[in-house]
Amino acid sequence: MSQSLKPYLTAVRASLTAAICLEDFSSQLVERHNIPEIEVDNGHNPELILNPMVIARNENEKILIEASVNSVRISIKIKQADEIEQILVHKFTRFLEARAENFFILRRVPLKGYDISFLVTNFHTEEMLKSKLVDFIIEFMEDVDKEISEMKLFLNARARVIAEAYLIPFD
Amino acid sequence: MSFPIVYKLGTEPIIDHVFSSSGDVLAITVGNSVKLYKVKGLSKPELFAELKGHNKTVTSVDISPDGSRILTCSQDRNALVWEMCEGEYKPTLVLLRINRAATICRWSPLGDKFAVGSSDRIIAVCYYEEENDWWVSKHLKKPLKSTITSLYWHPNNVLLACGSTDGHTRVFSTFIKGLDAKPEATAWGSKLPFQTLCSDFVSETGAWVHGVAFNATGEILAFVNHDSSLNIVYPQGEGLPPLAYHLVKTSHLPFRSLVFVNDNKIAAAGNDNVLVVFEGDQNGWKELGPTEKILDPIVKHSSTLRSADDDDDEISSHDALNMFKQLDLRGRVTKTTTGGANQSTSHQNTITSVKLYSLSHVSTSGDDGRVVVYKV
Repeated sequence: MSQSLKPYLTAVRASLTAAICLEDFSSQLVERHNIPEIEVDNGHNPELILNPMVIARNENEKILIEASVNSVRISIKIKQADEIEQILVHKFTRFLEARAENFFILRRVPLKGYDISFLVTNFHTEEMLKSKLVDFIIEFMEDVDKEISEMKLFLNARARVIAEAYLIPFD
Repeated sequence: MSFPIVYKLGTEPIIDHVFSSSGDVLAITVGNSVKLYKVKGLSKPELFAELKGHNKTVTSVDISPDGSRILTCSQDRNALVWEMCEGEYKPTLVLLRINRAATICRWSPLGDKFAVGSSDRIIAVCYYEEENDWWVSKHLKKPLKSTITSLYWHPNNVLLACGSTDGHTRVFSTFIKGLDAKPEATAWGSKLPFQTLCSDFVSETGAWVHGVAFNATGEILAFVNHDSSLNIVYPQGEGLPPLAYHLVKTSHLPFRSLVFVNDNKIAAAGNDNVLVVFEGDQNGWKELGPTEKILDPIVKHSSTLRSADDDDDEISSHDALNMFKQLDLRGRVTKTTTGGANQSTSHQNTITSVKLYSLSHVSTSGDDGRVVVYKV
C-alpha cells in the first residue's frame, strides 16, 4: 500500500464506521412502506438526511458518503489517468453492476460523477457485521486500483504481441 | 450466577424486549411476531408462546405492570393488546387512528392506559372504554414534527416524555378526565390538562433523539442523541429554566437507548455494541466507561493486516476470494478464518433497547438476536 493511500483509507474507514449507524425506519411519507430514506428524492423529510461528506485523495479519487436514518449511500470515483483506464473502469464497474444482486450492497446505477455506488440499509447491517461491511468497501477501494493497472498492463502487453505478429510479414 | 448472562435467541434482530416485572417471562420482537420465553430458574430460555397478529415488522413490545396484558405495535399501523384467555393469548385491536407505522408503545406505570408513538407525528394515548368494550385513543399532535422514536412514562401516570427525529425531547401531559385522579404538582408543572407541553429540549446539534428516560421519582430526565451525547435535565418548575442541564459528550458511536439505574447512575447502549455507564449528580455527570472492552476497528484492522503478512496461513478477510486465489496459485486450500464472532463484547451487533432488570442489573437486546443481562 502506498504511503498516501493509507491515511485516505483510514479516514474513509472511520467515516464509514460513524455513518453506518442505522435503524429500522418506516416511511413517514408513504403508508406501509419502508424505503431507504436517502433514495427518496423529496424535500418533505429533510430532518432524516444527514450532511453528505466527501473524502478526496486528489481530484480523480474521492468518495462521497451520504447518510440518512436508515440507509447510507457510498459513491466512489476511481482513479482514471488516461483513456484506456477510463474504458477499463467503465467496463469493470458495468460488469459488477450487472451482477449487483450478488454483492448485496452494490447499487445498479452509480451516482452522477462517480464510477460505482453502494447502498447500505438497516437490513444489511442487521444481517451482516458492520465491521465486515466496512472491510468489504475498503478492500474494494484498495484492490480496484491494482486491478485496473493490472488490466492495463495485460492490455498493453497483448497489444504489443499482436502488433509484433501483425508486422512480421513486413519485416 | 455470573454476569453478563447471554440469551441467544436466534439470528433475527430484536428491536425491543421486555421482562415481566416478576422477571420470569421474557418477550422479544422477532420479525412480524412476538415470542414469549420462560426464563426464571432455567439454564436456557424456553419458548412457550408466539404472538402472531401483525403483518409487518413488530417495532415494540411491553408487558403491563401487573403482568396480565401484553402490548405490541407494528409497522402495519396497528397496536394489539394480548390477554390470556383459556390458555391462549387473544389479541384486541386498539383504535389508534394513525395511518403510518407505530414505532413504540409503553404501558403507563399504573397499567390503566398506554402510549403509542408513530411515524405519523402523533402519540396516541390509549385507554379502555368500558361502554364500548374497546381501547380508544386520544392524540398528542402539536408540536410534533417528525417520527416518535422513544417514550417514557413519569411515575405519576400523567406525564409522558417523548423523543423524536426532529431533535426535540418533549414532556407532555396525558391527563384524561374521568380516568386519572388529579395529579399532584411536580417540578414539570402544576396545571396539566391533556396535551399540555410541559418542557421542550433541543440539543445544541439538533440531532435525532434515540432514547429518553425518567429516573424513578421523575425528577430527572435524560436523553441520548445521534451526536453520541447524553443530556441530563433537572427541572425547576413551571415556566422556569431548568435547575441544571448537563451535556456529556462521548467518543462512542451514537447510543440508542438508556435507563436510570438509580438517581446517580445511567446505563446507555447503542451502535458500539456495549453498555456504557455514566455517573453523576446535579453538579455534573461523567462517563465511567464501557462495561466491556471494545476493539477499535481501525487499530484492529492494522493488526490483522500485519499478521496476514507475517503468517501465510492467516487470512484476515475476503475469505472466499483469498481461498480461490490460493487454489489458483498454489493448488491448495488453506484454512480460512471463520467470520462472525470476532468481537470481544457480549453483543455482536447494535444494541436496540436497554431496560432495567433489577436494582443493580440492566437487560439489553440487540440486532444480533441476543438478550443480555449486565450487572452495573
